[in-house]
Amino acid sequence: MSDLAAHHNAHPPGFAHQFEQVDQQRDAGTLGMWVFLITEIMFFGGMFAAYTIYRSLHLQAFETGSRLLEVQFGATNTVVLIVSSLTMALAIRSAQIGKNKSTIIFYLILTMFLGALFLGLKFTFEWHRDYVDHIVPGFGFINRPEWGSLAPQVQMFMCFYFFMTGLHAIHMIVGLGLLTVLVTMTAKDRFSAQYYSPLEVSGLYWHFVDIVWIFLFPLLYLIGGRY
Amino acid sequence: MSEHKDQGSHAGDAGHGADAGHGGAVGHVVPISVYLGVFFALMVGTALTTWVAYIDLGAWNTVVALTIAVTKMLLVVLFFMHVKYATGLTRVVIVAGFFWLAILLTFSLSDELTRKWEMNPLPWNALLPYISHLFSLVF
Repeated sequence: MSDLAAHHNAHPPGFAHQFEQVDQQRDAGTLGMWVFLITEIMFFGGMFAAYTIYRSLHLQAFETGSRLLEVQFGATNTVVLIVSSLTMALAIRSAQIGKNKSTIIFYLILTMFLGALFLGLKFTFEWHRDYVDHIVPGFGFINRPEWGSLAPQVQMFMCFYFFMTGLHAIHMIVGLGLLTVLVTMTAKDRFSAQYYSPLEVSGLYWHFVDIVWIFLFPLLYLIGGRY
Repeated sequence: MSEHKDQGSHAGDAGHGADAGHGGAVGHVVPISVYLGVFFALMVGTALTTWVAYIDLGAWNTVVALTIAVTKMLLVVLFFMHVKYATGLTRVVIVAGFFWLAILLTFSLSDELTRKWEMNPLPWNALLPYISHLFSLVF
């Protein structure tokens, strides 16, 4: 086999020349994405740390605030996101085993639908209702008599709720944008069993956003002494 | 070397190290059964954590909730994000990331939780006799 033929055989589509092997390229891409996700962990970590400190200082007020949230929507959204992580993993797996692009696109669109469903449920049934009930800080927040002297810290809890879920929602929207790009790329036959790195790497991002919600759900909705 | 074209047909659910010989061009394919198993475990965890929230365990409610959340996170990280099949380098970097988060939480909390504000603080010269005594011991 001539050197030129060997050269061509060793270069699957998407292979970048600065790498020696395809798997090295794939591992480098994965590592790079993880470094970014670690910066995201610190990004959310700052808010979680602030939440932890304020909760330890004002436990009763935070428990009161937590009871203002409706668990059924939080739980439903958790289920929606976990299913979307499954469909995302299946989309990547479809690419890995060389399924045709309509299968990959099917799973990607399903993931996008679930992500949009999450945002739809959150914005219409949670945030809008909170606005109507006057528990959105800065937007007509009204202290309730049963809070007594805890009122300022209950408002602080609602600040944490909207900032943390809001930051999470922004990440979801970015994720939906990423998925749109992926659908377009898949439709243009950019992926194969040898090259699916953008799918893998976007999958990591999507799973990360799911993990953040897995922590947000119990900390915001569930530990409010609902018994 | 160029027999990658049949990967689509035989890779199926086998997964394991079948493609290691090709230089790992495809990467580890996780069987659907594993994905579904992890998904089922995540569902159980969600149901469990929601159910326990309505039971009075005092301070243990938070512990249980966080334990379940960490378990769910580990399942997603190891299987959905393929970290179980990732290189050691990737795993070390991920652990480092969580270590940095631990530093943030630990130091912030150790500062805040060890602050003891005195109701009636001592006047500025309260310790002066002791300092004078120490001074006389040394010199």
